[in-house]
Amino acid sequence: MRELLSRFKDIREYPSAIIGIVIILFLIGLALYALISIPYSEAVRLWRGAEAMWIENPRNARPIWMDWFTPASLPRTIIRDTKDDPGAKEIIPLTDELSEIIVTLSFDYQYDDFPREISLFLTAEYEDNRPFVTFLWRTPDGREYELRDQSISREDAYRISQDERLRRQLGGILPHTGLFMDPNAEQPTPLKGEYELVIEGLVFEEGADLDVRMIAYGRIHGIAGTDHRRRDISVALLWGTPVALAFGFLAAVGTTILTMIIAATGSWYRKWVDGLIQRITEVVMILPILPILVMIGTMYSRSIWVLLGAIILLGLFSAVIKIYRAMFIQVRESPFIEAARAYGASGPRIIFRYMIPRIIPMLIPQFVILIPTYVFLEATLAMLGLADPLLPTWGKVLYDAQHQGALYMGHYYWVLLPSFLLIITGLGFSMLGFALDRIFNPRLRRL
Amino acid sequence: MKNNNDLLSIENLHTFYELRRWGFIKTGNVRAVDGVNLQVKKGEAISVVGESGCGKSTLAKTVLGLVEPTDGKIVFDGKNISHMGKEEMKWYRAKVGYVQQDPYGALPPFMTVKKILEEPMTINGIHDPREQTRHIHEGLTELKMTPVEQFLNKFPHMLSGGQQQRVVIARATIMNPKLIVADEPVSMLDASVRVEILELLRELQEEHELAVIYITHDLSTVSYFSERIVVMYGGKIIEEALVDDLLKNPLHPYTKALLEAISDPDGANVKTFKKVPGGEPPNLLNPPPGCRFHPRCEFRIEGLCEKEEPEDFFPEENHRVECWLYKE
Repeated sequence: MRELLSRFKDIREYPSAIIGIVIILFLIGLALYALISIPYSEAVRLWRGAEAMWIENPRNARPIWMDWFTPASLPRTIIRDTKDDPGAKEIIPLTDELSEIIVTLSFDYQYDDFPREISLFLTAEYEDNRPFVTFLWRTPDGREYELRDQSISREDAYRISQDERLRRQLGGILPHTGLFMDPNAEQPTPLKGEYELVIEGLVFEEGADLDVRMIAYGRIHGIAGTDHRRRDISVALLWGTPVALAFGFLAAVGTTILTMIIAATGSWYRKWVDGLIQRITEVVMILPILPILVMIGTMYSRSIWVLLGAIILLGLFSAVIKIYRAMFIQVRESPFIEAARAYGASGPRIIFRYMIPRIIPMLIPQFVILIPTYVFLEATLAMLGLADPLLPTWGKVLYDAQHQGALYMGHYYWVLLPSFLLIITGLGFSMLGFALDRIFNPRLRRL
Repeated sequence: MKNNNDLLSIENLHTFYELRRWGFIKTGNVRAVDGVNLQVKKGEAISVVGESGCGKSTLAKTVLGLVEPTDGKIVFDGKNISHMGKEEMKWYRAKVGYVQQDPYGALPPFMTVKKILEEPMTINGIHDPREQTRHIHEGLTELKMTPVEQFLNKFPHMLSGGQQQRVVIARATIMNPKLIVADEPVSMLDASVRVEILELLRELQEEHELAVIYITHDLSTVSYFSERIVVMYGGKIIEEALVDDLLKNPLHPYTKALLEAISDPDGANVKTFKKVPGGEPPNLLNPPPGCRFHPRCEFRIEGLCEKEEPEDFFPEENHRVECWLYKE
């Protein structure tokens, strides 16, 4: 064991191994950060929760850092809520029952692009008679638009962006563009300055109340942007890291270590034990693994852990057993095994204390290189629509991106970020694995 | 030569390797050990010599219980080892040490010297670490590997060939066995180390009253070591005698040829040619009928040697030979 560790020290001589280790440590750090900062139930809620969960997020927004690379400053989401700012609400009693509520939501708009959407969410308190509301829009240069008047229910929303009448009134321009447009500019540019949204409400009961929340959705959000359902992609990217690493690691452990023990047992006991293992291996070798996994996913369960179990089970008797067996047969005939038998070592002891330690150094690099293979397999299954129904994973982000035509729509960040994580995972483990291969199999050093 | 103080008594031992086709059809046997009788007394060192492929290593492995004998008996300390249960076999294995030919191959490369020496003790029921350490210190000190601490944490590849072989010997003797089987223990070592290792083995043997079966193809090292010598040819023992008798007065034509072939560092050897019997060692899959040496023997008696297997003859006291030439 100590010898094994001392060999690991040689890693310092391989820059690729150091880069690989840095990448792996980064991924592990990311995974730990995700696990600590977003607990499992929270992650599932953030990813699977209802629309209300993401109502404040813009749809298909780019990552915030994209702003740094464009000369124009992209709009962020602006939220104004009377509940947070009671001063914006003025109540004027008119009669005993009738009163007027005037809400003035003002905000400073200094961005070079139009917001993605504007919505108003209204909550009203009343017994029988619905309040009646009029919406007014004031631009910094003093123009005033009467948006609409309507009576509202207890929970109501006015999606300004989807108001067809207003759109016609603005000359066919989308409301969230038209309301911000500088009328004197040749190209459509937003007018910077203080905007005001005035909501004049009439309530018909004593004690009736009205609250308004305005959201002017921006075009950038979070470190990874959002998807078509307003979900923050960073949740999936963060939580995808521990899932991917655990999946890859467990699958690699399951397949290499158990396979190695099976191969060692077969080559030590020979005769029918070996025969049986070899026949099973030959049958498993011709089984099409991916279609079987797809079948399990569609007909039984899409849980990532069920698929992991299936991969390990199918991987137990994979073709590598033949390679391990070839190595073990060579080890089995070594004089030190004969010596161990001569001083009375039992079969299991010889397998675990003498045969397996002999070939472990040769397997460490393979093991490391195998991890990303399974990470990719999980992403592949997710791309085929067999992602875990609960857990957010990288593969699922890619699946959504593909189904929403992300590249066609220009949302390349949606594809590139999970792909980038997949690529560095593969890169990190491979760089370390190939360096370890050279350390543990010195004959390769000359090549 | 059967006797009651025999530690080990091998009677009519046969060890065949089966040849099979398609895994189950027997197509023949390699008769590696074919009817061997041999007695080893307590504390006695005997040498088994013979050319490559004569069955001497198979004899060793059969004695160690690594290979199942096909027929015959091996009796150790009054017990027949082929009828031993698991527990008894364990007892037997602790009483017999094994020293192999290739010291580097014989040591697990991933274990330290300490671990290597602990293994036999752990397996054979000495679990107390202090006792293990004591045994290791005693063993290594006896083999002149001092200071012991300097070696304990080393891996086999960090040791010289002689040191490796000493670790192998320490491992073989750590359970205080009664018998050591040494299969060509010095043939892979430098000539300078050979004598040293053999002398160490000799000291151990005398001090602990060890019986040693020393297997070699090199007659020149035999006299360092043993009292008795056994010559094997084609799976059989063809001659057995005390070392001095055999070296001075070899009887079997094969033994004579073997002794002729010993090389001395003598300048005269450059110009002389050694007489070596022609032909090849016998094919043990299909050994020649009669005496196995007859196709190569220059003293062959036509009509007898190629037909009938020779019996044991005793032309001198304590000197057994299987050769028709000594028929009275």
